Amino acid sequence: MKDLLAVVMLLGIYSLLSASFFVLMDAVDVAFTEAAVGAGISTLLMLLAITMTGRTEHPTRHKPLLALAVVVVTGSLLIYGTLDMPYFGSAEAPIHQHVAPRYINDSMQEIGVPNIVTSVLASYRAFDTFGEVVVIFTAGMGVLALLSTVRRSEDNETIDSFNQSMHEQHLILRIVSKMMIPFILLFALYVQFHGDFGPGGGFQAGVIFASAIFLYTMLFGMSTARRVINQSFIQILAATGVLLYGSVGVVSLLNGKEFFDYSALSADPVAGQHLGILLIELGVGITVAAVMVIIFFNFADRRGYSPDKESEDL
Amino acid sequence: MLIGLYNYWVVVVLMMVGFYIVIAHGNLIKKIVGLSIFQTSVFIFYISMAKVDNGTAPILANGIEQYSNPLPHVLILTAIVVGIATTALGLALAVRIKEAYGSAEEEDIQKKDNLDC
Repeated sequence: MKDLLAVVMLLGIYSLLSASFFVLMDAVDVAFTEAAVGAGISTLLMLLAITMTGRTEHPTRHKPLLALAVVVVTGSLLIYGTLDMPYFGSAEAPIHQHVAPRYINDSMQEIGVPNIVTSVLASYRAFDTFGEVVVIFTAGMGVLALLSTVRRSEDNETIDSFNQSMHEQHLILRIVSKMMIPFILLFALYVQFHGDFGPGGGFQAGVIFASAIFLYTMLFGMSTARRVINQSFIQILAATGVLLYGSVGVVSLLNGKEFFDYSALSADPVAGQHLGILLIELGVGITVAAVMVIIFFNFADRRGYSPDKESEDL
Repeated sequence: MLIGLYNYWVVVVLMMVGFYIVIAHGNLIKKIVGLSIFQTSVFIFYISMAKVDNGTAPILANGIEQYSNPLPHVLILTAIVVGIATTALGLALAVRIKEAYGSAEEEDIQKKDNLDC
């Protein structure tokens, strides 16, 4: 397929489908994330990218037969490798024998949170999740370093006039979406704080929160969104989330327990776990939402910006 | 019964589709699309290993005997969000390459590089 718009749209549909079979395989939290990220944000970012890199693909391919041969050989080796794997759905598979029984049987006494995914994510494997949050933060900073532009007032005016003409044409879309945005933000907060009891948590909530801001930006234009959300404020927020997460670990260190052992946060270990999970999920949510907004703003800003202008200035 | 391994075969096929796109197409955006298909196949691999027959979602409730394994869910949940962050970084690089070389096709970029040398 040569039209990249169609490719990106198909990728979005594929992500939504994969979210639906994650539900079938009992991974509700994962499906939630995939639906928000894969079908929503990733499609949007890809669309933004193709507006800048061109919509059509060059027809030439390099050595498709050789590539096909490599793929077929690798694929058959991998299939040969699966012959020793445990069968699908087998309860005796080695993966279910190691730490999983402890999580399932003891997490209610140790953590006191019904959603096992949340207790593993935020408590048993908090160190791991901390690393992931730092990776997200770093990727956001990388996009900022690659794409951030120095904005000039004359550019703003041309973008403004373009925005005005576009937005007057979509009155119904604008009003309906304007009514939706508060509910999306409210839903994000529900997902954030209900993550202990049902599917949800900081990662999903951050993504949903960011998508409400994306919707606002798409309808009212970059310059309006810039006035609502200041770029440096959002950068500080992204760092605050990581710091909040890390400082919970440091507080438990200072109280004489291990890093991220939340029972140090309160006299009652289970209450301490609740508090710790709440705080670090908040940190995750803030960082994810802020980084997604940073990425989106920088991509959107890059449009209509020509690198020649920069070299003229230099 | 070999048919019990079908989940792995689906994963391998998806993974190879992604791999083929990455190596056979010259367009940088299409390569990133290929990488995300590859990535999703790994997600499916982990989640399908976590599934237990007659199990339910790992949220504790009364009257449920069998839960699916929560650990792979945690790993993949975070991997998805990290995946979008790194994909965005890749797209940002593609945009910058397009600005610098005037093209997002691998062959054009290679030609320009060879001319510069």
